[in-house]
Amino acid sequence: MKYGYYPGCSLERNAIAYHQSAMAVAGPMGIEFNELEDWNCCGATEYISIDLLPAYALISRNLALAAQQDLEGNGNQLVAPCSACFLNLKKTDHYMAESPELSEKVNAALAAGDLHYEPGSVSVRHLLDIVVDDVGFNAIAEKVTNPLYNLRIAPYYGCMIVRPGNIKSFDDQEYPTSLDELMSTLGAEVVDFPLKAHCCGGHMTQISESVALELIRRLLKNASDYDADMIVTVCPMCQLNLDAYQDAVNKKFGTNYNIPILYFTQMIGLAFGISPDDLGFGKEMVDAGPALTKIGAEPSLKPKKKRPSKEALPMPSMGEDG
Amino acid sequence: MNKEKVGVYVCHCGTNIAGVVDVEDVSTWAGEHDNVEIARDYKFMCSSLGQDLIEDDIKEKGLTRVVVAACSPHMHEKTFRAACERAGLNPFLFEMANIREHNSWATNDKVAATQKAKALVNAAVERVVHQVPLEKLPVEINPNTLIVGGGIAGITAALELADAGNHVYLVEREPSIGGHMAQLDKTFPTLDCSACILTPKMVDAGQHPNITLLSYSEIEEVDGYVGNFTVTVRKKARCVIEEDCTGCGICEEKCPVKVVDDVFEAGLGYRKVIYRPFPQAVPKYPVIDKENCTYFLRGKCKACQIFCPTEAIDFEQEDEILKFQVGNIIITTGFDLFDARRIPQYGYGRLANVFTSLEFERMVNAAGPTGGNIYLRDGVTEPQSVAIIHCVGSRDKNYNEYCSKVCCMYSLKFAHLVHERLPEADVYNFYIDMRTPGKGYEEFYHRLLEEGTHFIRGRAAEVTDAARLPGEEGKLIVQAEDTLIGKQRRVPVDMVLLSAGMEARGDSKEISQLFRMGCDFNGFFTERHPKLDPVATMTEGIYIAGACQGPKDIPDSVAQAAAAAARVAGLITQGTVMMEPVRASINEEACSGCRICNTMCPYNAIVFHEDRNVSEVITALCQGCGTCVAACPSGIITGAHFTNDQVFSEIEGILWDVRSKPELVPVD
Repeated sequence: MKYGYYPGCSLERNAIAYHQSAMAVAGPMGIEFNELEDWNCCGATEYISIDLLPAYALISRNLALAAQQDLEGNGNQLVAPCSACFLNLKKTDHYMAESPELSEKVNAALAAGDLHYEPGSVSVRHLLDIVVDDVGFNAIAEKVTNPLYNLRIAPYYGCMIVRPGNIKSFDDQEYPTSLDELMSTLGAEVVDFPLKAHCCGGHMTQISESVALELIRRLLKNASDYDADMIVTVCPMCQLNLDAYQDAVNKKFGTNYNIPILYFTQMIGLAFGISPDDLGFGKEMVDAGPALTKIGAEPSLKPKKKRPSKEALPMPSMGEDG
Repeated sequence: MNKEKVGVYVCHCGTNIAGVVDVEDVSTWAGEHDNVEIARDYKFMCSSLGQDLIEDDIKEKGLTRVVVAACSPHMHEKTFRAACERAGLNPFLFEMANIREHNSWATNDKVAATQKAKALVNAAVERVVHQVPLEKLPVEINPNTLIVGGGIAGITAALELADAGNHVYLVEREPSIGGHMAQLDKTFPTLDCSACILTPKMVDAGQHPNITLLSYSEIEEVDGYVGNFTVTVRKKARCVIEEDCTGCGICEEKCPVKVVDDVFEAGLGYRKVIYRPFPQAVPKYPVIDKENCTYFLRGKCKACQIFCPTEAIDFEQEDEILKFQVGNIIITTGFDLFDARRIPQYGYGRLANVFTSLEFERMVNAAGPTGGNIYLRDGVTEPQSVAIIHCVGSRDKNYNEYCSKVCCMYSLKFAHLVHERLPEADVYNFYIDMRTPGKGYEEFYHRLLEEGTHFIRGRAAEVTDAARLPGEEGKLIVQAEDTLIGKQRRVPVDMVLLSAGMEARGDSKEISQLFRMGCDFNGFFTERHPKLDPVATMTEGIYIAGACQGPKDIPDSVAQAAAAAARVAGLITQGTVMMEPVRASINEEACSGCRICNTMCPYNAIVFHEDRNVSEVITALCQGCGTCVAACPSGIITGAHFTNDQVFSEIEGILWDVRSKPELVPVD
C-alpha cells in the first residue's frame, strides 16, 4: 500500500519520535510512504483563525503538490500523522469543494506558484485511519511478537481527528473506539477513557496558561483515576501538552502525576518487537521506562468478574462487537 | 379519426396555481389547439360552479373529451370524472394535467412554469383524444379482515370490527398481544394504570367469537387485491399443544433456565426459557424459546414436559402454515425504541446507571423486575438524584430529525413517578423545548413544575463518570448548556434516564414491500393523504394505524385504529367496490403462446390454454401493472387506458416545444 506522506512541522522537531516510529512500523505493516516534496507548514490552528483566505491558500498548496506529485501511484491518498495538519488539509479540501467561489480565490493565489488544486482530487487520511482501516486489526495481530500484556493504556484521540461533524469521519465523532481496539490488538489492557475526545488545550498554553493547565489536569486526573500506566495519543500537540506541562500541572494543583505520554506508533513498534531506540523512546519528558517494565510475558489474569449479586439488574447487551 | 371536441379547463386554485402560472395565457393558447372546442380558466374548478361549467359544456357544446389542468389526480380526478359522468360522458374520456404539485408548487419562475403548464396541457389533450370509453369493474368484498400487529392499535381495530359483526384475523409476532402498552406502568397525563385499562381489551380480543387470534405468528405472503386478498401466515411452533394447555404455569416454574428478557422486560429482567411474557398474557399459552432451551441445545432436560399435568408439551411440534381469504388489511405494527447505544456519549451500556425509558417503565412497574422500586443497577440502592434526558435520538440530524412526540410527556411522567416513590430525590429534566400539546398535557407539565422538578433547557452534551469538581466523585455527571442562563452546567446524579424516541420497526421496509404499500425515508408507512386520509394507503384495501404510520401516543393510536376500522366496515357494508378498468388483455389471434407473460405476472393473473396454445388474462385478478404489456415479445398485450397510442401521443404532446423549435434540443 502506497501513500503520499505529509509529515508536518512537528514531526521534524518535537514529535520526531512519532515520525521515527511511524517509519519503523510502516514496513512491517506493508505501507510505503512517499514524502511530499517541498511541502510547507499547514498554518496550524492559528492562521485559520486570523485570516481565512491566506490560510486556505497555504494549506491547499500542499494539496496541489500532492495531486501533482502522485507519480508513485499513491492513489492520490495523502497521509498526515499530525491531527492539526490532517484537519486543516481535510477542511480546506471540503470547503473548496463546497464553495466554488472559495476554490476560485484559492486557485488564483496558487497560480502565482504555477499550481492549481481541484477540490476532491486528493483524499486526506489520518495515519490512525489507514492503520486501522487499510492495514486492519487482523494483519496487525499477525505481526505482534511482543504483546503489551499487563500495560494499562488510556487511548487519547484528542479533539481534532474525528471532527468537524459536517465532514464524514472514519470513527464515531463523539466516542471513537478505533484506537481502543488497536491497543487491545497489541495485547494491552485498554481503559475506557471518558475524556478520550476532549481537548488538551492546544496552543492555549501560550495564550492563557491557566485555561490550558486545567484542561491538561482533567485528562491526567481521569487517566490516573482509571489507573492507566500511560496515555497513548495520535497527535503531536496532545503529546506535547500532556508531557511537557505535566510538571506545571503538578506544581499548580499540588498533584503528583507521572504518566508517560506516547504515540500509538511507538506502541505498535514495541509489540512488533522493534527496538525502543528505533521508535524514538527516550525523547519523552515523563520517562516511559518504569511503565514499560510492567509489560509481562503473559496476559495478567483478568480479575474475576464479580458475580453480580442476586439482586443486581442485568446490564444492557452491547451486541456482537461490544 | 373524426375530430374530437375537447374541453380544456385551467384551474387557478386561488393563487396556488395562478400565482405562478399565467393561467389565462395557458387557456387561450390551449383554445387554439385543433381538437379543442372550448378552453376556459376558472378560480376553483373543484367547486360546484366549476364542475357545472364542465357539465354544461358537455351538454351544450357536445364535448366528447374533457381535460382539467389543476392539482394532482390523487386529489380531484374522482371529482371531475363524476362531473363528466353526470353529464353523460364516459369518465374515462377525461384526463387531468397536474400543473400544481408538478409545476406551480415546485418553482417561482413564472415564465418557465407557464411554459411547462402548456406542455402538460398539450400532453393531456393529445392523450385524451385517443382515450376510449371504459366501464368500471365491480369487485365483491370478502367480509373478513386481517389485522397485523396486536398492540393497542391492532386490538382496538379488531374489536371495533368484530363488535360490528365482522370476522377478524388478528396476527401478532410475539407470544402475547398487548404490544408496548402492556410494558408500561402508568399512562400520561391521567396516570391510570396501563395494564388495568389494556388487559380487559386484551381479554375481549382473545375471547371474541369474531376474532381469530394468531399469536406467535408472522405473515409470509399476501396475494390478491382489495376485496380478495389471500394471506399466508406462519404460526410458529410454541411446542405447547394449545388445546391441552390450561395455562397453569407449572412448566414455567419448573424450567431450570433463566435468560435476560430483551423484549418484554426491555433487558432489565429475566424470564424462563418456557415462558409467557407476563402473567396477563393473551393467549395464556406459553412458548418454548428454542434457542436457549436445554432440550433443544443438548437433547435432555424436558422438565416442563415431565411436570406438565395435561401433557401439553410437544417438542416435535412444527410451524403451521395457514392460508385464508380477507377483503381488507389493517397494518398496526407499531414502533421500535431508538437504540440508545447509537449515542455513545450518553454511556448506555458502558455506564451501569444509565437506563433507557423502556427499562425504567419496567422498573417502575409493580409487576416488573424490581417490584416497582426505583433502584440503581445493583438492584438495591435507591438513587438520590435522577437526570432525565429528553430527545434521545430525536430532533437530531445525526439520528432522527423528527420529534417523537411522546417523550416530553413520558419524561414528565417519569419525573412524577420518581417524586412519588422517592420524595427526597432530586429530579432534573434536560429538555430542548417542552412539547405538551394535548388534552390535559400542559396541565400535567404545570403539576410537575409545582412538584419541584428541576427543568434545564439544554440538550445534554454527554453523560460521564469522569469527575473533576468537588461533589462529582462516584456520580454520573450530565453536562449541558443551560440555554436560559447561557452557561455550561454539570449536574452530578446517581441515575440517568434516556428518553429515547420512537423509530419505525427495523423491518418496516420489508413489511411495506410485503403489502405493496409506501414507506417514507424514516421507515414509517405512508398514508394516502397526510391530512385528509391518514388511515388509507396508496394500495386499495390496505390501511394503517398507530405508531407504524408515525410517532404517536395511545389516544392518537386508538383514534386512528378506530378510524381505519370504520373505513373497512364501510367497504364491508357496501359489499362491492368498483375497480378501475385498467387491465391488460391479450389479442389471442396474435399470441404465439411463448408464455413469457405467464411467469412475469406478479399476480398470477395470466393462464395458458394448452389446447389453443394461447395465454389469457383473468380480468378479475389483473391489477393493471403493465409488466406483461412491456414483456410481450410480439407486443400484442394491451393495457387498457395505457395503450401505445395514448402513451406515445402524450409524450409527443409534452415535447411540443422541442419539436417545433429544434434549436432548443440540448446538444451533447
